[in-house]
Amino acid sequence: MIPAAFDYAKASSVDEALDLLAADGSRALAGGHSILPLLKLRLAHADRLVDIGGLAELKGVAAHDGGLRIGALTTYRELLDSALVSQGYPLLAEATDRIADLQVRNRGTVGGGVAHADPASDMAGILLALDAAFVLRSRGGTRTVASRDFFRGAFTTALAPGELLTEIVLPPLPAGAGTAYAVQEQAASGYPIAGVAAVVRRSAGGCDHVAVGVNGVADAAYRAAATEATLRGTAGDAAAIAAAAARVAEGVRVQGDIHAPAEYRAHLVSVMAGRALERAIARSA
Amino acid sequence: MRRSVALTVNGQARTVEVEPRTMLVQALRDGLGLTGTHVGCDTSQCGACTVLMDGMAVKSCTVLAVQADGSAVTTIEGMAHDGELHPLQDAFWENHGLQCGFCTPGMIMTAADLLAGNPDPTDTEIRHALEGNFCRCTGYQNIVKSIRAAAEQMRAASVGGGGQAS
Ligand SMILES: Cc1cc2nc3c(=O)[nH]c(=O)nc-3n(C[C@H](O)[C@H](O)[C@H](O)COP(=O)(O)OP(=O)(O)OC[C@H]3O[C@@H](n4cnc5c(N)ncnc54)[C@H](O)[C@@H]3O)c2cc1C
Ligand code: FES
Ligand code: FES
Repeated sequence: MIPAAFDYAKASSVDEALDLLAADGSRALAGGHSILPLLKLRLAHADRLVDIGGLAELKGVAAHDGGLRIGALTTYRELLDSALVSQGYPLLAEATDRIADLQVRNRGTVGGGVAHADPASDMAGILLALDAAFVLRSRGGTRTVASRDFFRGAFTTALAPGELLTEIVLPPLPAGAGTAYAVQEQAASGYPIAGVAAVVRRSAGGCDHVAVGVNGVADAAYRAAATEATLRGTAGDAAAIAAAAARVAEGVRVQGDIHAPAEYRAHLVSVMAGRALERAIARSA
Repeated sequence: MRRSVALTVNGQARTVEVEPRTMLVQALRDGLGLTGTHVGCDTSQCGACTVLMDGMAVKSCTVLAVQADGSAVTTIEGMAHDGELHPLQDAFWENHGLQCGFCTPGMIMTAADLLAGNPDPTDTEIRHALEGNFCRCTGYQNIVKSIRAAAEQMRAASVGGGGQAS
């Protein structure tokens, strides 16, 4: 399969990339693992690809304000190799190791996955549960968008045309919080059919921090507000977990496809929610 | 709008003229005549096209040749040295790690990446590393066995100091 012809420009700075992206028909190219298959299948079109892959300023993981800054161009492999990630954010490490396969993790970037916004993307649910914020830069300036305001629909985000995601900012995990990701993958592709990421802190007074991100279920990844509200303030016992998990698809339109009709998927995600909450609570110190 | 891409392929400086839309695998096969790297699915699923790019296994059907400009690329043709098979090639041969052989170059390149970072992987780790490589013949059993055997041989060689660089 050969894509329709396009022009190619390699940016040597973020400013240059933004100038190049201002032209109609220009699209950013990071690792290429979402956009190149689409161009080959001719499901997407670009007049020009602007290669941001060489921009060192967008790479790497660094400690920041008790949390982390992750450059948009950081690959999944680099996340897995980062001690800051494995020690500070076991949820991120656990989930990243399941994304795609070794070769794709070597090339695919966190920012590319986020910007592509496949509703099934593992990273979307996880970053939602971690309360991530996304730093977006355009020729007009820089703005920060909370993850819960970023994913707008299938393959649709808060990114404006010509805008670049430059980094992902993670706040520190609440002290003592436990985290877990429970996912049912489609066996052949490995893409999630339903994934639930949970960050829960249970202290003497009960569950006082509950954040639940869901991917693969609705047309965009989302925070399960009803589940969070149901669990918050409870002792986090089995009955509370069951009640909270049952509400995980409340308020969203559950998608159906050949792998999982909507009714089955709605049931599946409640099971995943139960598992993620149970494990996160068990890990909460 | 052809462009010139400079690569170090199997240790040799090469340049190849490509269009921006040319994938690395086409540049290697059609541009440089290195047909050991195969195209199976052409949609980044099967891993037959896996090569090492700056030491990392990548699916070369999903990398533009222009993205690889300036990189060092190792293909299956670069694994043997002075007529001597790489331990991975040897182990696949010895352990029936291949039948038709179509998937084998990709399997070996992925395994090379795995073993560079993890010289003594468990079977589970080997299988996890091979998730992006499909084989329609062997049932994987002997591929896992081959990689385990190669790892053992490479560890022994590096302890002995006579190790072959991979
Ligand atoms: C075989 C295979 C299996 C996969 N399995 C999984 C899986 O199990 N789970 C999962 O979550 N994902 C999976 N993926 C998807 C993978 O995570 C993404 O393809 C990858 O992360 C995209 O990153 P990239 O750098 O390659 O993006 P690219 O393909 O380069 O870009 C993707 C899109 O984002 C835009 N873009 C890229 N970077 C930026 C930026 N910094 N700012 C603004 N826009 C940007 C591009 O213009 C393009 O539209 C799989 C992919 C493949 C090929
Ligand atoms: S040919 Fe590249 S992954 Fe199948
Ligand atoms: S040996 Fe035939 S595909 Fe693997």
